[in-house]
Amino acid sequence: MTREMTGAEMVVQALADHGVDTLFGYPGGAVLPIYDEIFQQEKVRHILVRHEQGAGHAAEGYARSTGKPGVCLVTSGPGATNIVTPLTDALMDSIPMVVITGQVATHLIGNDAFQECDTVGITRPCTKHNWLVKRIEDLPRILHEAFYVATSGRPGPVVVDIPKDIQFTRGVYTGPKNVVHKTYRPKVKGDLSAIHAAVELMAHAKRPVFYTGGGVINSGPAASQLLRELVRLTGFPITSTLMGLGAFPASDRQWLGMLGMHGTYEANLAMHDCDVMICVGARFDDRITGRLDAFSPNSKKIHIDIDPSSINKTVKVDVPIVGDVAHVLEDMVRLWRSEAHVADRKAQERWWSEIDGWRAKKSLAYQRRRDVIMPQYAVERLYALTRDKDVYVTTEVGQHQMWAAQFFKFEEPNRWMTSGGLGTMGYGLPAAIGVQLAHPGSLVVDIAGDASVLMTMQEMSTAAQYDLPIKIFILNNQYMGMVRQWQQLLHGNRLSHSYTEALPDFVKLADAYGCHGIRCEKPDELDDAIGEMISVKRPVLFDCRVANLANCFPMIPSGKGHNEMLLGEEVTDEDLADAIDDAGKMLV
Amino acid sequence: MLMKVEEKKSPMRAPDPSEKHTLSVVVDNEPGVLARVIGLFSGRGYNIDSLTVSETQHDKHVSRITIVTTGAPMVIEQIKSQLARLVPVHRVADLTVGGAAIERELALVKLIGRGEARVEALRLAQAFAVKTVDATLESFVFEITGLTDEIDRFIDLMAALGKVEVSRTGIAAIARGAEGL
Ligand SMILES: Cc1cc2nc3c(=O)[nH]c(=O)nc-3n(C[C@H](O)[C@H](O)[C@H](O)COP(=O)(O)OP(=O)(O)OC[C@H]3O[C@@H](n4cnc5c(N)ncnc54)[C@H](O)[C@@H]3O)c2cc1C
Ligand SMILES: Cc1ncc(C[n+]2csc(CCOP(=O)(O)OP(=O)(O)O)c2C)c(N)n1
Ligand SMILES: [Mg+2]
Repeated sequence: MTREMTGAEMVVQALADHGVDTLFGYPGGAVLPIYDEIFQQEKVRHILVRHEQGAGHAAEGYARSTGKPGVCLVTSGPGATNIVTPLTDALMDSIPMVVITGQVATHLIGNDAFQECDTVGITRPCTKHNWLVKRIEDLPRILHEAFYVATSGRPGPVVVDIPKDIQFTRGVYTGPKNVVHKTYRPKVKGDLSAIHAAVELMAHAKRPVFYTGGGVINSGPAASQLLRELVRLTGFPITSTLMGLGAFPASDRQWLGMLGMHGTYEANLAMHDCDVMICVGARFDDRITGRLDAFSPNSKKIHIDIDPSSINKTVKVDVPIVGDVAHVLEDMVRLWRSEAHVADRKAQERWWSEIDGWRAKKSLAYQRRRDVIMPQYAVERLYALTRDKDVYVTTEVGQHQMWAAQFFKFEEPNRWMTSGGLGTMGYGLPAAIGVQLAHPGSLVVDIAGDASVLMTMQEMSTAAQYDLPIKIFILNNQYMGMVRQWQQLLHGNRLSHSYTEALPDFVKLADAYGCHGIRCEKPDELDDAIGEMISVKRPVLFDCRVANLANCFPMIPSGKGHNEMLLGEEVTDEDLADAIDDAGKMLV
Repeated sequence: MLMKVEEKKSPMRAPDPSEKHTLSVVVDNEPGVLARVIGLFSGRGYNIDSLTVSETQHDKHVSRITIVTTGAPMVIEQIKSQLARLVPVHRVADLTVGGAAIERELALVKLIGRGEARVEALRLAQAFAVKTVDATLESFVFEITGLTDEIDRFIDLMAALGKVEVSRTGIAAIARGAEGL
């Protein structure tokens, strides 16, 4: 399609051409022409947030729960700087996102004009790529490239910065057909000889483990299906990072639970003691490896990743396979089948019985209490009462996030939205808004912390405006629990500024926003309160009062190896005080 | 261009021995591309020993950036894959891996001085096959092209003879033989 139109029209046309149905934004002087176009059409629905950070996280939630890119529109200057946190978040977690920012007119750039900032300069390190559009002739191409770059290869956020005069200028718009990028063409098919070598290693493994991550989710639903097929064919145990939860069903016998700093005993020891590790779309993050020289010292490592820079970054691997998870797994399944591979059954049985021994430790066990709600219990009940529902879960950042990961069991991909790499408090509430918009009939719950949720609380007003019945389930311990836990471990339990002395009354706050508030303080009232939360068809703030000083276990203290975990049931105050040595203290 | 970024320190890992590598990076010459490359090095704590850049194919707007960097082998691998994933990058070639590449640098060296030192300076310039591109009663400007070490030596000698001012291009490099990038 070729047609003459203004730059502002091109923006809206390109969004429609790329199948964008929802746009998160906030207006301002430098984007008024685009807002005027939005006003005059019905193809793209605009959601007005209360802060640009909210737009960004809502777009992330939308993207992660659909596999489609999340799209935002914000103004120049403060609009652009307010979205830097979501951009960085999306870059760390490989979330496809297209952000359009307004800019001052081209002839004013560089003059410290009103609401001018160097948007491409500021966002260069926190985007996959960005563009400043200086000529109307370039605008259609750049808009199409933006979608292509955001969604192909390792997904990520991009920014298109459009000066106001360009938005008014008329030019010729061409549709997105046959956009071939000059330089960026990521490879999706894995090298067959490397895949052969991997299958060969796997066939002879005695103590194998699958270590999977967010890349499986990025790759799409087919990747999860193929992963399930391969795991069942081989009979190997499987664990996943925080970002990969749901790619493999948590109810399956081969599932070991999440690994890493707050992962299960069995997952971490299987990683430590394995002889063949099959890493699928995960990036050997420091939350996973712990002390590098103690990380899985005796294993041969296979690594499937679409981004060559993820390979051999911190951990040296033996069989690197550059490609898309679904493409590579398809070849692996085929090769495994055609060469009639069977894993060494005897060795497998021994390996599984060792794993069952670790499982018997019940590393997620905690002391139930009758008088106060334990946070773990709250998540367990939430899970039990929603498991037969069509449910999506987002989180904020802190202890509650880890308890959500440990106790909520996911059976499907794209159901779990959390800020893993950047760890952004305030992510979950706006992300829930994005998820709810993409899945109007579904139950969307943000498992929140009392401190985190205040960072983007104003978005309750957005939820109210658009009738989005999101459920904000706050595990209210009145502390920045995760910070308090580290202060207990590292700083002699001196709780410097980790207690929130003046929390708002969340029930009244809900009321003020025109939402529904619930408070629950007793374990025996919890089920009914959760029932009420589910049945109310409005946004809910649920103030779940939980034990204030509970710690999140198991935990691998910083600077320690996988075989040096702290287990909740066994740990003493003294262990806690001595858990981290001087070298470990330098790490986060 | 000479820049030093502080060596990356990790408390958990003994540093592997460092290697010096010369990388050729072919990029689309779009606005900000150099900022992307430099930002990558400073943001991730990599070293830049030398960096040169210029458009090499004007019709196609393609530039070639030559970077000399030092790091442990795993870090060098990282640098290459990080560079390769920048969207406007066409190709990254490690000239050090491909066998001894041709590396040259150009320097303009101004010597300010009078008397005997001037005679000595001219004699040295001749010995180094250096061009004299400007002369006044109190100064010379020499143009020297060669390996970085050679240029360093020449500058050291000049500095012993008077006040010296130097402008250097950084290293340009190309692989030997018929194969191209
Ligand atoms: C308080 C807190 C505590 C945490 N504790 C833990 C913990 O105990 N355990 C834990 O696991 N995490 C934990 N995290 C999260 C952690 O910080 C990392 O975000 C996470 O471990 C990274 O997950 P990942 O390796 O799956 O990588 P991701 O960040 O999801 O990266 C995905 C990888 O897959 C690749 N990829 C993308 N698309 C494709 C594709 N189509 N095909 C192939 N490859 C692809 C990418 O290149 C990348 O290398 C914690 C976070 C917080 C905030
Ligand atoms: C924006 C931001 N600032 C600071 C931090 C550091 N931080 C990590 S967890 C945490 C406390 C979170 O408290 P809360 O939301 O109450 O969760 P809890 O740990 O109590 O469950 C803080 C301050 C962060 N992750 N994000
Ligand atoms: Mg808290």
